[in-house]
Amino acid sequence: MTDALVPLFLTLKIAVTATMIVLFAGVACAYVLGRYSFWGSQIIDAICTLPMVMPPTVLGYYLLVAFGRRGWLGSWLEDSLGIQLIFTWQGAVIASASVAFPLVYRAARASLGGVDHHLENAARVLGAGEAKVFFRVSLPLAWRGVFAGTMLAFARAMGEFGATLMIAGSIPGKTQTISIAIYEAVQAGQDSTANFLVLLTSLVCVCILAASGKLLQRQF
Amino acid sequence: MKLDVQMRMSLKAEDRLFQLDVAFQSAKNLIVIFGPSGAGKSVTFQAIAGLIEPDQGRIVLDGRVLFDSASGVNLAARERNVGYVFQDYALFPHLTVARNVAFPMQHCIWNGDAGAAAVQEFLRKFDLADLGASYPRQLSGGQRQRVALARALIRKPDILLLDEPLAALDPVLRGKTRGELLKLQQSFAVPMVVITHDPADVEAFAEDLIVFDMGKVARQISVDATNRSAQLRDVLGLD
Repeated sequence: MTDALVPLFLTLKIAVTATMIVLFAGVACAYVLGRYSFWGSQIIDAICTLPMVMPPTVLGYYLLVAFGRRGWLGSWLEDSLGIQLIFTWQGAVIASASVAFPLVYRAARASLGGVDHHLENAARVLGAGEAKVFFRVSLPLAWRGVFAGTMLAFARAMGEFGATLMIAGSIPGKTQTISIAIYEAVQAGQDSTANFLVLLTSLVCVCILAASGKLLQRQF
Repeated sequence: MKLDVQMRMSLKAEDRLFQLDVAFQSAKNLIVIFGPSGAGKSVTFQAIAGLIEPDQGRIVLDGRVLFDSASGVNLAARERNVGYVFQDYALFPHLTVARNVAFPMQHCIWNGDAGAAAVQEFLRKFDLADLGASYPRQLSGGQRQRVALARALIRKPDILLLDEPLAALDPVLRGKTRGELLKLQQSFAVPMVVITHDPADVEAFAEDLIVFDMGKVARQISVDATNRSAQLRDVLGLD
């Protein structure tokens, strides 16, 4: 049974890393696109949302084209930095981050956009630079929405299957995430392994939801 | 203190176009901008504070050029040292009264305890010493206004803009607050510009009265201390 915990720990490592990346990237993109309007900003907004509606295997294919050994980014990474992303847990992080990104991005845009602009203006008149306005006023007032989006992103990253399989494959101990492990256990008729993994994953998800619900309840 | 404002601005709201074209100067300590809703009073304040940029014009405060379209000067709001009390006070709901008042004093992006003693002294001056740990949602309208005033004045601004400061208060409190604002102006020696559409505020405050109408300055009157009511009678349409 301890063997069955390996995919769980790997999945948590991938999901936590991917979530931290999309938290920063999602909030940063939401801030820039919400605050500045420039030519092409609506197109970029659509691109940021696209992974949410695209089939995961299609997204996985695009990632393969970009990051694969003969891909335009993948070949540059291997030639200049000696980094290979396919069939690695880092590749799985990229796959999970890609599908989870829109969840943080959209939640952050809605929350940051919902902050009363009079409060942001008051901060400016009181001598605050834009960084102070963002970190001391906008983000604290938007944190609930951003947090809810981040929890959804984490859940999505944990459950990622299609894109991960395309770019990282299913190497036990290295890239076999829990969703892939469950699928393969069912395919191989290993029902007790599959049951154990499913129950474990469900328990982890319930705990995460309960913890985030508790955090959201606390008032300022 | 001399305030010199000249500006032109076109504002689009849905399918309507609002043209603002105002020019006024004053060296008085109590200036009242009077006019109906939608006359462009708040927009003028936002331009003086640096929150919006006029299409053309020049705004000079005490010899300091805050905005000049001809020479490309447009100081950021944080550099203008203009105090602004918004109509709804714009208190930060996630910060205590003490942290709201201390906000302008904390220079970094993290929560620091800057000059806690100075902040406490200020809270005492505004009769807020017992409310330092309270949040804005727990305060009455009058208390919120005092927090907004304390927060605006703690940086010793060159001028204080008050956008309809008494509109949210009940009539009894309005009378009391008028007296407090006059005392505040004297004790802090800070020139005040007050937006109002209440003639009683005009009577109480105005040394210079600027009447706005449909985006333009309709009249400007200097009111001297003697016989204020008579001087203001025909402007305000009082009996």
